[in-house]
Amino acid sequence: MELVCPAGNYQSLVKAVDNGANAVYIGLKNETNARHFAGLNFSEKQISKAIDYAHSHHCKVYCAINTYPREHKFDRWTSSVDQAIDLGIDTLIVADIGVMDYIRSKSNSFPIHLSVQASATNLEALNFYHQNFGIKRAVVPRVLSLAQVAKLAKTAPVEIEVFGFGSLCIMAEGRCYLSSYLTGESPNTQGVCSPAAFVQWEDKGEILESRLNGLLIDRFSEDENAGYPTLCKGRFEVNGRIEHALEEPTSLNTLNILPELKKAGIAAIKIEGRQRSPAYVATVTKTWRDAIDQIDNSNFAANNQSSQKLSSLSEGRQTTLGAYERSWQ
Amino acid sequence: MKISLAPVPYFWTKQAYEQFYTSVTHSAVDYVYLGETVCSKRRSMKFQDWLDLAKMLTLAGKQVVLSSMTLIEAESELKYLSKIARQKDYLIEANDLSAIQVAQHSNNAFAAGCAVNIYNNRTLDLFKKSGMTRWCIPVELGREDISPMVDHAKAIGIELEYQVFGRMPLAYSARCFTARHHNLAKDDCEFKCLEDEQGILVKTQEGESFAQINGIQTQSARVSNLFEYWQDLQQSGIDILRIVPVDPEDTLKVIQSLHNLIEQQSDETAEPLDLNHDYEYCNGYWLQQEGIKNISAKI
Repeated sequence: MELVCPAGNYQSLVKAVDNGANAVYIGLKNETNARHFAGLNFSEKQISKAIDYAHSHHCKVYCAINTYPREHKFDRWTSSVDQAIDLGIDTLIVADIGVMDYIRSKSNSFPIHLSVQASATNLEALNFYHQNFGIKRAVVPRVLSLAQVAKLAKTAPVEIEVFGFGSLCIMAEGRCYLSSYLTGESPNTQGVCSPAAFVQWEDKGEILESRLNGLLIDRFSEDENAGYPTLCKGRFEVNGRIEHALEEPTSLNTLNILPELKKAGIAAIKIEGRQRSPAYVATVTKTWRDAIDQIDNSNFAANNQSSQKLSSLSEGRQTTLGAYERSWQ
Repeated sequence: MKISLAPVPYFWTKQAYEQFYTSVTHSAVDYVYLGETVCSKRRSMKFQDWLDLAKMLTLAGKQVVLSSMTLIEAESELKYLSKIARQKDYLIEANDLSAIQVAQHSNNAFAAGCAVNIYNNRTLDLFKKSGMTRWCIPVELGREDISPMVDHAKAIGIELEYQVFGRMPLAYSARCFTARHHNLAKDDCEFKCLEDEQGILVKTQEGESFAQINGIQTQSARVSNLFEYWQDLQQSGIDILRIVPVDPEDTLKVIQSLHNLIEQQSDETAEPLDLNHDYEYCNGYWLQQEGIKNISAKI
């Protein structure tokens, strides 16, 4: 199984490579990728340097151009594709079929991985992308159960990559407009969810309030861990009850089912977190490298220490198997 | 200008669907989309039951479109999809790429539903080749986003449809939020969504409306309402105004009001809708703003 790790900057990329990533994924400094955050991502110069470093350590570099260009901005996506290919990126991670078509107009064989943002959750959807654009691999959304992932991997015409660890998006990716509903900016169009520019913290003495574009997302008492106001992870009122109506602040961690994923023929495990620190990338990459190596040597045991290490890096210090486990659904 | 009626996004009893669509036969709507688009566990209606309704509506002069599910995960769901996408009697609304794939391989035309990501002309061209004849525009796109696409779409023979009333579909998840609210597992949900004719309101802790949970779907709590802007939509090249059902009686009133506006070629006479429920409205997306915003044209 290939280990695919995130890098929001050059330092993180070095950490990922040094700790055993088989591939690192990055994005350009614009809204063509789904982590379009201030201070993050790679300039042209940095990409060249990153590719040199990774390739000299036998690690691949993937570039995510995985948001949806609106017509008046389509050129920005095509020039980003040109740039990435010219700089020597190994693979493009893409969601929009217009962008895929553009790549195919340049090259019949350049490797395309279907981004999770394309929301392909079944065999016929994968057939569509495979037959029309010759995609090599698909990253599947975090909505499938383990049994469903296994079945899909068995029949799919392409390699399957799944998310192993990191922030948990609970909606079918690429099909969630909650962020633009509240802020006007969405993952699909601007590569952001619950963007930081719209976040407000209000300290009201014993209570800390988090808001997104003015709308109250959560209230924390002093003994609580105040998490980032991702809109689907706040506490809301439903029929008179205050609850995490959609999801708690928690991260995905599939370490415990890694042997099953391997058995199912999953080609690659993706670690989320281009927005996280180099230290995070280093620890998570190392933990997963060791786990995958143990499986390959048939002596895997998800030990407590690894799980604790990962939990301490997680949102709300909690982890879940998410949709892989039917009971979560 | 035509009026379409989107599939009922909520889970109703067979009797409730039959009653509603019987009333729809007498309404001024032109196109009726039928089928379950949210959850495959909702089985008050069998495929044949939908076909029976389709027949009734066709006889009443409505053009019927059969809608596919939006989030398709299980093989059983793909099998059901095949029934829709392979039949030859009605246009198909493809709400997932799988539906486009099956329709294309059956040489069937389809309307692309608003959960299919179409954001540019190159994508329109590709889906046109696959058999697309109608584009129900993603809810988050506004008039300036689509303005460089309208002429192109028309030139290649694609009709444009835009939601003008109803709660907007904003997200789909593996998780059933309705079951979760009732502390039930999705696999053992007791079909709780039958209890809520229009889903369940989610408010902030300050009482502001935020979302409407409807099984695995999350909708906008506010109801989109572009009645004031219908002529703007027309001038922008929209061919079909889409109404997403809310309460059955209110939905019929909304159809009639919109029809009256179009007949009178006026938005000046847009009287406040006299509906059974108090709905909070929004229209920000069309105006390139946050979707939740409500901006009056009259200011």
